[in-house]
Amino acid sequence: MNGKEQSSLALDVPTDVLRKMYATMVKIRVFEEKVAELLLPPKKELITPCHLYIGQEAVATGVCSALKKDDYAFSTHRSHGHFIAKGGNIRTLMAELYCKKTGCSKGKGGSMHVASSEIGLLGSSAIVGGTIPIAVGAALAFSMQQKDAVSVVFFGDGAASEGIFYESLNFASLKKAPVIFVCENNLYCTHLPVSACLADTNIYKKSESFGIPGIRVDGNNVMEVYKVAKTAVEDARCGKGPTLIECMTYRWRGHVGPYDDLDKGLRSKEELDYWMNRCPIKMLERFLLEHDIMSKLEMDQIRKTISEEVEEAVNFARESPYPDENDLLHDVFKTR
Amino acid sequence: MRKITYAEAINEALHQIIAKDTRAFLIGQGVTSPWYVGSTTIGLIDRFGSKRIIDTPTSENAITGVALGAALAGMHPIMCYPRMDFMHYAMDQIANHIANWHYMFGGQLSVPVTIWSIINRGGEQAAQHSQALQAIFMHIPGLKIVVPSTPYDAKGLLVASIEEDNPVIYIDDRWLYQHEGEVPEELYSVPIGKGIIRREGEDVTVVATSYMVYEAIMASESLDKEGVYVEVVDLRSLKPLDENLLLTSVKKTGRLVVVDGGWKTCGVAAEVSARVAESDIFRSLRAPIIRVSLPDTPAPASSALEKAYYPNAEKIISAVKKILEM
Repeated sequence: MNGKEQSSLALDVPTDVLRKMYATMVKIRVFEEKVAELLLPPKKELITPCHLYIGQEAVATGVCSALKKDDYAFSTHRSHGHFIAKGGNIRTLMAELYCKKTGCSKGKGGSMHVASSEIGLLGSSAIVGGTIPIAVGAALAFSMQQKDAVSVVFFGDGAASEGIFYESLNFASLKKAPVIFVCENNLYCTHLPVSACLADTNIYKKSESFGIPGIRVDGNNVMEVYKVAKTAVEDARCGKGPTLIECMTYRWRGHVGPYDDLDKGLRSKEELDYWMNRCPIKMLERFLLEHDIMSKLEMDQIRKTISEEVEEAVNFARESPYPDENDLLHDVFKTR
Repeated sequence: MRKITYAEAINEALHQIIAKDTRAFLIGQGVTSPWYVGSTTIGLIDRFGSKRIIDTPTSENAITGVALGAALAGMHPIMCYPRMDFMHYAMDQIANHIANWHYMFGGQLSVPVTIWSIINRGGEQAAQHSQALQAIFMHIPGLKIVVPSTPYDAKGLLVASIEEDNPVIYIDDRWLYQHEGEVPEELYSVPIGKGIIRREGEDVTVVATSYMVYEAIMASESLDKEGVYVEVVDLRSLKPLDENLLLTSVKKTGRLVVVDGGWKTCGVAAEVSARVAESDIFRSLRAPIIRVSLPDTPAPASSALEKAYYPNAEKIISAVKKILEM
C-alpha cells in the first residue's frame, strides 16, 4: 500500500507500443511547437490562451497507451497533449485553437476546453482539480453498469492544493472506483514553485491516508509511465480500486503562452537546461536506437509525416469558418 | 383521487422512477438517514440497495462532480442536498462544470443530472440553516430550475427532471412536506417551463412559487371576503420561466405583486418584475409593481425575528391592499 519510488528502466514494453508511443510524443511536440509559433507576435494568429505541453509528452502518451478506446480520460487547461494521446483528430483540435466552427468544441471551448466523445475524452476543465471528481463519477458509473472500463484524470501539482482532490481520493477509495489519478508534477503552479504551495511536496504520498497506493515515476520516461499506468489500469479493471501516480516532469514553456519566461525571474536557465537535457523524446529515441527498435531514418520519416499533418491541420483551421452569430445561443441546453 | 402528502409524493416519484429507469440512482449525504430528508427516502435503500441509493460523506463539491461524471458515463444521478445552504460548497461543480459542460464542448456532451435541493428553515435554525438560493442558480446559464408547490407537482416535476437531458435544480421546501393533495398513483410528468393559474381573479396578479403559493392562496381567500379578487400565478419553473402565462395574467389585471421566499435584491421577484417592465404590458400597468420577499438580511434565530423575516399571507394581503390603494 505504501508509496514507493520507481526508478528501474522498463525493458519489457512491446515494440509496437514503443513505436506508437514515439509517434504520439512527436505528434504532440510538433503540434505544440507549431502552436507556439502561431501564438507569437506580430501575427498572433491564435488568441485563445494556450498552455503548452512541450516537455511533458511522456505523461499523456504513457498513460493513454495503457488505455482502451472505451476508457474515459479527463483533462485540464493544459489539454492538447491529452487530446492527441487519447487519439484525437488534430485537425479539429487545431480548429478549436483557432476557435472555428469546425473545432472539436465548435469554437465554444477554445484551448482549455477540448473534448471528443468518440475517443473517450469527456472534457477538460480550466478550474484546477475540477475534473478529478468527474472522473471518479464516471468510474463509479462503470462499476454500476458492470463494465470493465476505467477512468483516468490528469491534473497538475497545483491540484494537490485543492480540497476537492482529497474529497475525491476519499470517495474513490470508499467505493473502490476504477479510476487512476495522474498528477503531472511539472514543479510549478502557475508562477509558484511547488515547494511554496505544498508543506509536503511528495504528492504521491497524499493518497496513503485514503488507502490508495501512490507511486512516483520519472514522468519524462515514457516506458516507466506506461508500465506503472498499465499496472494501475489492470488493478482498477479487476476491482482493486484506484491508484495515484505522480509523474515528475517539467514544462519547457511558461505557465501560459509561447515564451520560456526566464526573463521574468520565476525559474533559472540552469533548471530549464537540466530538464531540456532530459527531453522525453530524446530519451526514448536513444533507447530505441540502442536497442535497434527503430532507425534514425524511420524517426525522421515519422517526424516528416507528422509535420505535414500538422501543416495540413493549420490549413484546415485557417480555412474553416468562424461560428455563426446564430450559434451564440445554441447548445446552452440539449434539445431533442 | 387519492390524496397523499408532498413528502409522500416525492418518495413515490423516487420509487417509481428508480424502478423504471436503470440509469437513475440517488446520491447524497443523508439519503439513508432516518431524519435527514424527511420521509422522502423511506424504503429506497431496502428496495434498491446501496449501489443505487448512495449515502455519502460530507464532500459536497466532490460528490456533485461525481454525479456529473456518472451522467457523462450514461447514468442519471439524482444528487440530494438535504439543505440548500451546503450547496455553496459545491458551487464550483454546479456553476463551473455542470452548467457549462454542454455549451463549452459545443453540444457534444450532455449532463442529465437532477440536483434535488431542499429548503429547510424556521425553528430558530438561523443564517446557515435557512437559505433559499433559487435566484443564485437562476442567474447561471445552463441550469433549469423547478420549484413545485403541490404534491401533484412535487411528483410530476421530479419525474420530469429525471427524464430531462439537462441539469435540473429541483428545489422543494420542508414547510410543504405535510401538505396533502391529489396525486395519481401512476408515473406522470409535469412539463418543465409551464406555470399554472392556481386561482383566477381580475384585480391583482400575485405571482408566487413553492411554499409562497400556499401563502398567496390563503391571502387571496381572505381577500375574497373583502371583494378583492386576486389571480394567483404559480410559475412552477423558474428557468425556463413561463413568461407568456405571466404577461397574460398581468395584462388582464394591470397590477402585479411578486412573492418570493428568497432575498429581495437580484432575486426571483426582481427578475419577474423586470420581465413585465420590459414588455409592452408595462404601459397598461395601473400601479407600480410590489415585491414581497425576504429582506436583505441573513436569517435570524429568534422566533420573534423569524416572524418578521419570512413573507406570509398577511404581508401579501398588505401588498395587495397597497397596490389597490385600499
